[in-house]
Amino acid sequence: MLRKFNLSKIKQRYPKPLIGDWGVILASFTLIIFAFQKFWVFEHASLLKIRQGNQIIGTFDLNQSRELQIKGPIGVSYISIQQGKVRFKQSPCHNQYCVHQGWLNHAEQVAICLPNQISLQLMGSKNSYDSLNY
Amino acid sequence: MTHSIIEINTTAADHHIAKLTSLAIGLHILEAVIPSPLPGVKPGIANIVTLYVLYEYGFATAAWVSLLRVFASSLLLGQFLSPTFVLSLTGAVFSLSVLLFAQNLPKRYFSAITLSIFAAFAHIAGQLIIVRLWLIPHTGVVYLIPIFALAALIFGLINGLITAKIIQQK
Repeated sequence: MLRKFNLSKIKQRYPKPLIGDWGVILASFTLIIFAFQKFWVFEHASLLKIRQGNQIIGTFDLNQSRELQIKGPIGVSYISIQQGKVRFKQSPCHNQYCVHQGWLNHAEQVAICLPNQISLQLMGSKNSYDSLNY
Repeated sequence: MTHSIIEINTTAADHHIAKLTSLAIGLHILEAVIPSPLPGVKPGIANIVTLYVLYEYGFATAAWVSLLRVFASSLLLGQFLSPTFVLSLTGAVFSLSVLLFAQNLPKRYFSAITLSIFAAFAHIAGQLIIVRLWLIPHTGVVYLIPIFALAALIFGLINGLITAKIIQQK
């Protein structure tokens, strides 16, 4: 059975937020939007830092096309930089996790090949924090 | 049957708190079995009881009900002293601290909705601090802040509306 939809009855039955409540709702909503803008920034990376063991192999510009070969304890890892992104192209490691991570292009992203002790760290124009040494 | 040696003298107020707490425990456990799309995001319906008690019986009773609920529910769910329990307790303590001040807001302009939203924000603030300091000591936790804050606003608003409705009906 269909009952007639009575809007005024519903309005009567449900409590209405008071003026202060509206203020709180609007203020917190604004803060949340601000939080999304503040914390969810994905800056494109411009630099790449490569480490092998405990030494830094070098810092490379990401805006180039370049193939790198880095020797680790279990063999040679092939890393390819291609106009703003980087990936492990080939690795001598058993699990191939580093290769499966695919292309990286956001600032602060990290790819690590533990068996071969090689890490790629992407950095933006401004370096906020060091997540690898943290 | 051996006669119990320990005799606990309970007052009417104790029984009253126990009854209200059992209601809160029921809601807490009901919520524990509802799957959540995002781990950690929960409606917090047990807080409706805390708010209702705050309005009807005052802050002391609300604090009792809220904290007893956290301890008893964790025992029933087998989470006592686990990270889940610590998070739950932190959330409850933070919410209560905020409510202690927020209850003095003028009733003419601020209803249970404001208190509920404030309590929900305090809840996640406390929990995120614990998560950052103890469980996930990594700066990446900041990515969670907007999501949890949004969830707190939505569920705080809904719980507040329900509480306001219950108080209105009285």
